[in-house]
Amino acid sequence: MSAVLTVARLDCFYGEVQVLHGLDLELRKGEVLCLLGRNGAGKTTTLKAIMGLVRAQAGSIRLGERELTQLPAHEVPRAGVAYVPQGRRLFAELTVAENIEIGLMARGKGVSTREAVLDLFPVLRERLKQRSGTLSGGEQQMLAMARALCIEPEVLLLDEPTEGLMPSIIARIRETVGRLRGLGVSTILVEQRVDAVLPVADRVAFIENGRNRETVDVARLREDPALIRRYVGVG
Amino acid sequence: MTEGSTARIYGLHIAVVAVLVALNFVLPEYHHAVLARVLVLAVFAMGYNLLFGYAGLLSLGHAMFFAAGLYGAGLPLYHLGWGIAAAFASGMAAGFVVSAVVGLLALRTTGVAFMIVTMMFAQVFYLVTLYFGEWTRGDEGLVLPQQARRIVFGGTALDLTDPTTRYLLAVSLFAAALFATLAVVRSRHGRVLVAIRENEERTRMLGYDTFANKLAAVVTSGVICAAAGAAYALLFGYVGATFASVQYSILPLLWVLLGGAATTLGPLIGTLFMYYAVDIASGYTSAYMLVVGVMLILLVLFFRRGVLGTVRERWARWLP
Repeated sequence: MSAVLTVARLDCFYGEVQVLHGLDLELRKGEVLCLLGRNGAGKTTTLKAIMGLVRAQAGSIRLGERELTQLPAHEVPRAGVAYVPQGRRLFAELTVAENIEIGLMARGKGVSTREAVLDLFPVLRERLKQRSGTLSGGEQQMLAMARALCIEPEVLLLDEPTEGLMPSIIARIRETVGRLRGLGVSTILVEQRVDAVLPVADRVAFIENGRNRETVDVARLREDPALIRRYVGVG
Repeated sequence: MTEGSTARIYGLHIAVVAVLVALNFVLPEYHHAVLARVLVLAVFAMGYNLLFGYAGLLSLGHAMFFAAGLYGAGLPLYHLGWGIAAAFASGMAAGFVVSAVVGLLALRTTGVAFMIVTMMFAQVFYLVTLYFGEWTRGDEGLVLPQQARRIVFGGTALDLTDPTTRYLLAVSLFAAALFATLAVVRSRHGRVLVAIRENEERTRMLGYDTFANKLAAVVTSGVICAAAGAAYALLFGYVGATFASVQYSILPLLWVLLGGAATTLGPLIGTLFMYYAVDIASGYTSAYMLVVGVMLILLVLFFRRGVLGTVRERWARWLP
């Protein structure tokens, strides 16, 4: 399978502190790649670096043939990478419809994209006129994902989308990520919960101290749970 | 936005302008003059509202943009003998240049720092108007000669000192600014500004150049405020440094908060209320600011989002 996004020898710093140390990562077309690791391992920083929110001091991030590290942050989504950050960060005062509209306008998408996105999250159809700040946690997460998908990304970055949600909502989000794979969207998923990852991921990259220690197929992970214990400390 | 709500929005705005035009024929002389002044100041507040209400950028330097228009129009008319149209255009151009330069520098900061930086720029502008007192006559100001405030259109003379002409020109400026603001806030750019106000980083992560959008908002806001300043100089014939002082940076903030931030008609309501509250209270007591202060506190208590902001929240979600 060809690589859609390639991160090579990436170094990132927060001030004087180096957070990513020569991190390598490869996301293949249509796969769900999960980043697992302890708190502070560098998972979220990896996503922020891809989005240009944390500047790369060395190394490269390539979307297909296009180098992303040289782009201003607002150009990265236009190149085809969507990001749903931890905590959702909706436009709380705007309605569901207005949140979606802002997403659509970003890359000049129209009604067909809107309908396709709402088909993925039917519950949002019933809430179009509702102020997004008043939605439940699960609905807010769906809206955050819907808004990100409005730019029709090639690559979707999800940072802990199941955090604080009920099991039934987690199952629906997991199902949606699976459907996106069918639509050709490649996803990088950051999660703390191993049980939320295994049913949906194709491969898992173990991030430790700002390095990708190992990337393994989920099938191998099921056979060798010791790997999870080694890098995440649970399992 | 449905077609129904679009028709309602334009219907309401046209009705407001129509009422203002009709008032020309019924208002007593005193209120005629007051309302003309209020309308020009409401345009100033509308410019401020675009940046503060819609983009969420709290500036304490907008007196500088109003004064740029005031001096940009008044100085060439007074010293160089320019005509009214050229002076008005010059005032708007001054507002454009000042707001573009200030925007480029001040937008490197955010939040409280942005507020302080804009206030510092405005103070510099104020001190410059005093420093060049030989030309501006500082606080004392310049009174523009009556004969210079006339414009001739194909043989017909338009005298800006005539109360009816002045009032109708003030209404025209107000209508132009109102529909321009309405167009901006309903445009793609206007919606992006609201998104920036709600969450700038998230907006950037959707692919919007937030700096460019904010700069465009500062410049549009600056030009609208400068148009108000230029109109003030030409319609009322006075150009003085008081209008560049910090008081005139705080007043539009108050007017907008009272009328309703991020509402197109809120600035008119806020300006009208404040102007008349001061006017009426000062007729009864020398402690009129105390009375106005109590009224403001009551308004904030019962209309937390300003008059129109509260109306929109409770009864009319469609109000822009």
